[in-house]
Amino acid sequence: MLRSSRVLIATASILLGLVFMFPLWRIELQAPQYPEGLGLLIKVSDITGVKPHDLQNINGLNHYIGMKTIEPDSIPELRFMPVFVAVMIAAGLLVAATGNRVLLYLWVGVFLIGSVAGLVDFWLWSYDYGHNLDPTAAIKVPGMTYQPPLIGSKQLLNFVATSWPALGGLAAMVSVGIGSLVAIGEWRRARKGAEATG
Amino acid sequence: MIRTTKFAMGLAAGVVTLLVAGCGGGTPIGGNGDAASAVYVAPGEYDEFYFFTSGGFSGQLGVYGLPSGRLLKQVPIFSQWAENGWGYSEETKAMLETSYGFVPWGDSHHPELSQTDGVIDGRWLFINENNTPRIARIDLTTFETVEIIEIPNSAGNHASPFVTQNTEYTVAATRFSVPTPQADVPIDSYKENFSGMLSFVKVADNGRMNIAFQILVPGYNYDLSHSGKGPSHGWSFFTSYNSEQANTLLEVNASQNDKDYIAAVNWMRAEECVANGQGERWASNYVHNYFDDRHIAVSDMENGTTVITPATCSDMVYYLPTPKSPHGVDVDPSGLLIAAGGKLAAVIPVHSFTKMIQAIENEDFIGEVEGIPILRYESIIAGEVKNPGLGPLHTEFDGKGYAYTSAFISSEIVKWSLETFEVVDRIDAYYSIGHLSIPGGDTREPWGKWVIALNKTTKDRYLPTGPELAHSAQLIDISGDKMRLLLDFPTVGEPHYAQGLPASLIKDKQVRIYPLDENDHPLATKTEAEARVEREGRNVHVYMTTIRTHFVPDNIEGVQVGDSVFFHVTNLEQDWDVPHGFAITGANTSELLLMPGETRTIVWLPTRIGVYPFYCTDFCSALHQEMQGYVRVSPRGSSVPISFNTP
Ligand SMILES: [Cu+2]
Repeated sequence: MLRSSRVLIATASILLGLVFMFPLWRIELQAPQYPEGLGLLIKVSDITGVKPHDLQNINGLNHYIGMKTIEPDSIPELRFMPVFVAVMIAAGLLVAATGNRVLLYLWVGVFLIGSVAGLVDFWLWSYDYGHNLDPTAAIKVPGMTYQPPLIGSKQLLNFVATSWPALGGLAAMVSVGIGSLVAIGEWRRARKGAEATG
Repeated sequence: MIRTTKFAMGLAAGVVTLLVAGCGGGTPIGGNGDAASAVYVAPGEYDEFYFFTSGGFSGQLGVYGLPSGRLLKQVPIFSQWAENGWGYSEETKAMLETSYGFVPWGDSHHPELSQTDGVIDGRWLFINENNTPRIARIDLTTFETVEIIEIPNSAGNHASPFVTQNTEYTVAATRFSVPTPQADVPIDSYKENFSGMLSFVKVADNGRMNIAFQILVPGYNYDLSHSGKGPSHGWSFFTSYNSEQANTLLEVNASQNDKDYIAAVNWMRAEECVANGQGERWASNYVHNYFDDRHIAVSDMENGTTVITPATCSDMVYYLPTPKSPHGVDVDPSGLLIAAGGKLAAVIPVHSFTKMIQAIENEDFIGEVEGIPILRYESIIAGEVKNPGLGPLHTEFDGKGYAYTSAFISSEIVKWSLETFEVVDRIDAYYSIGHLSIPGGDTREPWGKWVIALNKTTKDRYLPTGPELAHSAQLIDISGDKMRLLLDFPTVGEPHYAQGLPASLIKDKQVRIYPLDENDHPLATKTEAEARVEREGRNVHVYMTTIRTHFVPDNIEGVQVGDSVFFHVTNLEQDWDVPHGFAITGANTSELLLMPGETRTIVWLPTRIGVYPFYCTDFCSALHQEMQGYVRVSPRGSSVPISFNTP
């Protein structure tokens, strides 16, 4: 591996550390009754409100449409994710230290699979919350489901739900992006080297 | 002939109308063309100032926005307020306790905002109760009365609660002299047995009040007060009338002397005398009520105050002779001029603080009353404002060199110069103006944009509402040379006095919810799982929660006729502007309004068997109408056990 590749992988690993400091995703809810909005922050090991009691208030409102209560303690991904990220940081630093290409491919592969799995899981989670509604709910609108978009805005009854990656999520994307580019570069260089010697 | 005249007049009127319309954009002659835009606050916009008006005989406080004159809130203080359970709920009843027992009504007079360095600081608002002498303190982050202290040895707490420049003290002086301490004596022994009392109530850093000392003074009527500021800091001034010491038909008998007095009190000197042990300990009983750390009102029965007299503490009180039954006494922003409203006088006398100090040093006295030297009027007067209108009462200042005095009888505000003591402008008030108010107008730094007239009668100013008509406030622009009437708005009760402050001082400090995890109420129910009903003898305690949109429990059985049912209701909401209410059929108390995170208790005495609904009274959500429950009431001695449901 080139020295510059190793520096980039080290940087990507350290960048991934931002995931522990900033939320991954941010879902904003706007309604006439909530001029200041309500919001959820999806963090690596927790889900919280943007303001102190937002989560409780969103849960309170969601009970009208029969949505399940969001209870961070009962979501297993929130226990698994921080371990995965920590392992990825450590492994990335190991790749940078050893300069081992095989390790690099492996690291990027796991990182990519983990990221895609995370997004799919997030989508499935929000699908479940948005579709799996209590049939005894007070407010039932035929055909209406309440899954917020992964990215972008959507009208859900009186609320406009807007969902965007937050700083932690962006850091993870940049990190996996750097990793992938470096891996491609190294792979090409290795192939050229093989052609030259072969 | 007649017809032609009529036609001609009609034509003339048409021409006038056209002319007026042509030149004034449709505004009436002599009107204020842009008055509407000067007071217009667009929907969704905020007013620039908060304006606090005393409720007078309502016992409460009105909160308005300026310049719009929109009513924002009424704060319950001295009178029970069934609307939210103030004085009915178990947690607030103690606030209305006095040494006379529970008093359900009061007469609030003068809102006074706390000050630091002579400038309004937005921490608290104090207000006095005249009838059963008390002072209340309102927290300006919750707009809630958090403390009420009774003033012993006083009758008619009118000259109150004016603060010193760092809110070291709020004062209280007796309007009605009485036998002090109280005694069973003939009323016509007034001259021998009746006294006045000036009380200094210390305000701690956290706002808590306590009576530091009381000054026993001659038996006159002490009417109003203001404290010195800047160079005159350390002094307080109280007007007095009835120096004739009449005890009957005061309207004649108390109006005979050419001059009554302003009492100038050197409170720093009084502090020295008290520290030197020159005070006497009196067995005065009074009640002190306040919210404890758990947001529950408690009453402390206090006894004992320190009383000092001018005779035993020299150099403490001086009398400034002042014409004809003075009412207001107002100190200008420099702290050097003291204007008096001699309500029956032909001039407004303005005393000079500097001259007063000189006269004291020179012992320029014309007599003495009970150890109080009387200064020579001519030696202390800075100027007299001639032609000030009839019945001058109160003066406020704009911070730009002018004073504004209300004249009750001629129903007007007169503007005069603090330099020349000449009247420079006047404007009518509709009608019978009492106090007037400029935001910060009695402090070192007034916000001199408007003066607000506080009127006692309105007669034909609004749509009539039977025999009792609204009192009113009038917003008058004072930014230019000429005063300009902008707006009339009716007020709650009688606005004796009012004070205002810029919204920016307190707007962002408003409490939105009470955090549930900081709720230390011993009877709080913090989760629905803990909701329950317990019988203790003939008392039934219901530990109930509210959240959109249900009560827990909402079905209660086992209550019997003759029980006392205590509903301890906790609002589990932690969302701004989501109170819930609680009301039950036939309650002889009131409803409850519960702010988010708050616990309050109301007692219900079921007198008949049956099943009675209770419900939420504050429209809280789309399913508010579903927020209800039932209590089953069985006969006395019934075998129906206590039961209730939880989720
Ligand atoms: Cu409700």
